[in-house]
Amino acid sequence: MTPLLKVENISKFYGHRIGCKDVNFDLYPGEVMGIVGESGSGKSTLLNCLAGHLDPDTGEVLFEMRDGAMRDTVTMSEPERRMLSRTDWAFVHQHARDGLRMNVSAGGNVGERLMAVGARHYGHIREEAVDWLGRVEISETRVDDRPTQFSGGMQQRLQIARNLVTGPRLVFMDEPTGGLDVSVQARLLDLLRGLVREMGLSAIIVTHDLAVVRLLADRLMVMKDGHVVETGLTDQVLDDPQHAYTQLLVSSVLQV
Amino acid sequence: MSDYNFAYLDEQTKRMIRRAILKGLAIPGYQVPFASREMPMPYGWGTGGVQVSAATLTPEDTLKVIDQGADDTTNAVSIRKFFEKTASVDTTEETAQASVIQTRHRIPEEDLREDQILVYQVPIPEPLRFLEPSEIETRKMHSLEEYGLMHVKLYEDIAKHGAIATSYAYPVKVEGRYVMDPSPIPKFDNPKMEMAAIQLFGAGREQRIYALPPYCQVVSLDFEDFPFEASKADHPCDMCGATDSYLDEVIMDDAGNRMFVCSDTDYCASRRKAGHVGAQAAAASAALKETAA
Repeated sequence: MTPLLKVENISKFYGHRIGCKDVNFDLYPGEVMGIVGESGSGKSTLLNCLAGHLDPDTGEVLFEMRDGAMRDTVTMSEPERRMLSRTDWAFVHQHARDGLRMNVSAGGNVGERLMAVGARHYGHIREEAVDWLGRVEISETRVDDRPTQFSGGMQQRLQIARNLVTGPRLVFMDEPTGGLDVSVQARLLDLLRGLVREMGLSAIIVTHDLAVVRLLADRLMVMKDGHVVETGLTDQVLDDPQHAYTQLLVSSVLQV
Repeated sequence: MSDYNFAYLDEQTKRMIRRAILKGLAIPGYQVPFASREMPMPYGWGTGGVQVSAATLTPEDTLKVIDQGADDTTNAVSIRKFFEKTASVDTTEETAQASVIQTRHRIPEEDLREDQILVYQVPIPEPLRFLEPSEIETRKMHSLEEYGLMHVKLYEDIAKHGAIATSYAYPVKVEGRYVMDPSPIPKFDNPKMEMAAIQLFGAGREQRIYALPPYCQVVSLDFEDFPFEASKADHPCDMCGATDSYLDEVIMDDAGNRMFVCSDTDYCASRRKAGHVGAQAAAASAALKETAA
């Protein structure tokens, strides 16, 4: 089996400060990879380098294109990368406002990616939008409402629908449950887990919430000060942490 | 003898504007930045169109200026006077007589010829502006041909109103490449943009010039199941009886009476001169005869 994404020696510096350093991993189709670590450990920097939002200083991000060829997304031309990011890739922001058009209706938000890749039939676009709103548990009657009229949890679900509508193969998620209360978080996680399994998505999830990765991720990568300190299967890392920092992280979780 | 240089602007400025125009003609629909000058009129009154006209005019030209189709409204009259004073060119109200026509928000009803130039006044040249506030981003979208967002606007229209409710400044795609704002002309005029005359667009405040060479392909954006429709008021002109012209609705009194008249005053007047009479004009002349008898 060939990996979908091959990350080789990615480093990013902010002047003298380290963003992330020498990160290597492979992501296989259908696999969900969690990246955990404390604030400032370089998780988001790494994710943004992988998704093409930041230019890494060294390294390669090889992605398996639809024709089977591995292409370096760091050096590919901007039009190609932008095409990727609205077809095969999806990016779920922590704040739904960053990923949504707040002055465009829910249907328009979901339809945008379809129109961006050339859909020109209103009826079909709307059908698809309604279908996707249903899948993320937003009622069809809300299709013409703007995201400003939605609750935080609904906005986040709308953002997910908007991202998944073109059937991406790789989803980047930056703290998808941040800022939501626990019961809404639980429903969102349930939904995400269902979608990931159903669509066979590969995903990279950045979070500081260990419960999120426990539920969603197959494999885990622990970061500290820009370095990867431990990797392994999720249960293995969480139940038998080897590195001192991981032990601290796992033992810091409050038990209710 | 006026103390102004011919057509108000100095020669260097006119050369700069002409270079922008030529570049615009070479890349139809592309917005060319230019160093817009302050003109002796407020922004929003046609400073861009006036600069383009000034750079285009020669002493032999005949100028026509229209404002929403009319030759006799404030904007049209003052710009016409401006060029009478600063360029001493002949002016006319007849479309066929003019070699340069500056227009605000209309295309004349009469077909234009290859030896004519149509100059538009443009308030906001960027068709993506209200969807994407960042100029850096919109420029990137133009250069990468990412125009999906334009359809999001049309989608919103249908979702909200059941039809594409955008009735003016209706976005068009030029020669299969650039999406362009045709300035706030009614969408009734959009199909006319594939014409014999050169079309130049000037936006003074936004400092952009763009252009359409003759017989350029101009396609109005739409959906397969909601095709573009060049709509107008479903009524003949009450003055000249024309059924093919764009109409203004005029409210006559407090009782709700109204009339529809051609927005192109020259077109209406020439039709009436040729003997065409609309419903209300006929009724009025009949009433006049009765009082005289």
